[in-house]
Amino acid sequence: MGASGGKLSRFPHHVWVFLAPATIIYTLFMIYPLLDSIRLSLYTTDGTGAYHFTGLANYITLITDPQWSDAFWNALKNNFIFFCVHMLVQNPIGIMLAALLSLPKLTGRTTYRTLIFMPTMLSVVIIGFIWQLILSPLWGVSESLLTFIGLADWFQPWLGQEGTALLTLSLISVWQFVGIPMMLIYAALLNIPEDLTEGAIIDGANHWEIFWHIKLPLILPTIAMVSILTFVANFNAFDLIYSVKGALAGPDFSTDIMGTLFYRTFFGFQLQLGNPTMGATVATMMFGVILVGVLFYLFVLQRKLRRYAL
Amino acid sequence: MKKFIGLSLAALLITSMLATAALAGATLTIESWRNDDSDIWTDTIIPAFNKKHPDIKVVFAPMPPAEYNAGLNAKLAGGTAGDLITCRPFDASLELFNKGYLVALDDLKGMDEFSDVAKSAWQTDDGKSTFSVPMASVIHGFIYNKEAFKELGLSVPTTEAEFFTVLDKIKADGTYIPLSMGTADQWEAATMGFQNIGPNYWKGEEGRKALIAGTAKLTDKPYTNTWAQLAKWAPYMGKGFKAQKYPDSQNLFTLGRAAIYPAGSWDITTFNTQADFEFGAFPPPLPAGATKGYISDHTDIALGLNAGSKNQEAAKTFLAWMTTAEFAELYANALPGFFPLSSHKVSLKDPVAQEFVNWRNTHESTIRNSYQILSRGTPNLENQLWNVSAKVINATMTPEEAAKETQAGLEKWYKPQQ
Repeated sequence: MGASGGKLSRFPHHVWVFLAPATIIYTLFMIYPLLDSIRLSLYTTDGTGAYHFTGLANYITLITDPQWSDAFWNALKNNFIFFCVHMLVQNPIGIMLAALLSLPKLTGRTTYRTLIFMPTMLSVVIIGFIWQLILSPLWGVSESLLTFIGLADWFQPWLGQEGTALLTLSLISVWQFVGIPMMLIYAALLNIPEDLTEGAIIDGANHWEIFWHIKLPLILPTIAMVSILTFVANFNAFDLIYSVKGALAGPDFSTDIMGTLFYRTFFGFQLQLGNPTMGATVATMMFGVILVGVLFYLFVLQRKLRRYAL
Repeated sequence: MKKFIGLSLAALLITSMLATAALAGATLTIESWRNDDSDIWTDTIIPAFNKKHPDIKVVFAPMPPAEYNAGLNAKLAGGTAGDLITCRPFDASLELFNKGYLVALDDLKGMDEFSDVAKSAWQTDDGKSTFSVPMASVIHGFIYNKEAFKELGLSVPTTEAEFFTVLDKIKADGTYIPLSMGTADQWEAATMGFQNIGPNYWKGEEGRKALIAGTAKLTDKPYTNTWAQLAKWAPYMGKGFKAQKYPDSQNLFTLGRAAIYPAGSWDITTFNTQADFEFGAFPPPLPAGATKGYISDHTDIALGLNAGSKNQEAAKTFLAWMTTAEFAELYANALPGFFPLSSHKVSLKDPVAQEFVNWRNTHESTIRNSYQILSRGTPNLENQLWNVSAKVINATMTPEEAAKETQAGLEKWYKPQQ
């Protein structure tokens, strides 16, 4: 004990000073509100605004009462579609763009990089507005562009139809955020030492083979990270749908995702009064979905990934 | 030296704090969703008030309409809301009163200038306390392009049969889009469509009160007929109306590309500044066999007093001024299309607004049927009406299905309908 006590006394106590700001701020502004909103979801309000503890009643209502559960499952389903479109379109395109950008003989590399990254830096409200104008059946250019290439019959009011609105919004979001996977993967590609690719060329591999057999395995950890970032961002998404379709996420809730459902529930909408406790319940469910996804990544995917020391 | 700087800084801080405190004693902030009216308040209404009360500074601080309810509730809960609160009619404001955010104004000088109907939207269910000064109502109808009508040799329709004849002629001519309305925002379909033509079917107040009493159902003929009428509008609406939003509808009309616009009277202000042609208005055409017309004359906007305000007296002075004939005249003419609810005789300078208000003499007035009591539960009737009315026009739902869905929603929580 004596010897180890001596070691303990040399514990660098000043680390607390360095840890304190982040810990305090994070606890105060992230952990406490999170726990408090979970607590709020266990309560219910009456007409006078007083809160009563109800246990898990809100969750049971949300999942079993058709009035709530229809909206909830619909939002969850739409959110998965939203996420799948990003995974299937945004990330492959991001990888492809990054691979093209990292080709050794490419002129105008920085120009492309800047242009593709540009939409990511614009406000979602502006993106929503621009695309609404482009796709507008009244003033938009998309119809004349389609007419120009002889596809006028293909034009539809995509943002206004139940079958196409969610897909259109997902693709708008993909267009905006494709720069992020591109940049992250581009950075990972740049980290791959040239000896590896040069060695492969000497061994007779072409660019295609180099990409599939050397570069892709090396950037897999980055792709996994991009995927989990996409997952978290998509299940927290709200702004694009709200700015284009409003909180009612029409037509007929076909673009309703967890974020808009939460907003409507918590803050109310038009004559519908806000319901803070049900809103907190929806928010906690969102947190739960994201938590399950992230845990799956941490404990299943990440452990299977092979990392190569370069 | 350092000490001196410190002291003078402290002194400066204290004096500036005192100065703001003194100013704050006479500054009233008005919370509102009418950001369109910002100029009118700051240039016309507030200066007129300041002529009488130069010591009270008034600031008009509006938010975008869609964010208002959420934003206001957050501000009230946080204690940072303005002194005067623009109140939506019925439950949204009643809840604010029940939670103690609004002051009862029954003793306010001038409150007797308002009829019981005018006050009903901002009263407790038993009618004992009124908590807002009613400002204005809005009337629904149709606004039409007079020049287009003249060009095509059309006359204003008074019955539904005539209405569709007119629409057919406009469509056959092809110069104009017959009806300027979209379903992308959903509320247009419910408010400008369903609530506009519906009162003719459910006989105004009679039908509205029967729904509240539980003696009528949304599956009854008047309601399915209203939706059936709405469904007939779709072929006359612009191409791609499913993605057409409210500003698109307004622009189509003011650019002279559409002939008829299902309107709320509040649109007059926008059209006056944007349309360079003459336009007029007609009330919802009568269904076959009907002899009496009904209009939606909806109590829409009022001003209440924040219970947490530190300037109660100044705020009451302002509210009392709002009950006077001077305010009614000023407001009605600055914002043609918002019709004062007080009993003062007000002359309107805007011809179209005058047309709208004339219908009060020839038609029975009612308010939107989803506003009082019926939107209190979950699901919310108003939101349901938006959703189903848009779907009926989009032809993804039949009028009968719309009726069934809304009635089922009402039965779920509203006792008299169960």
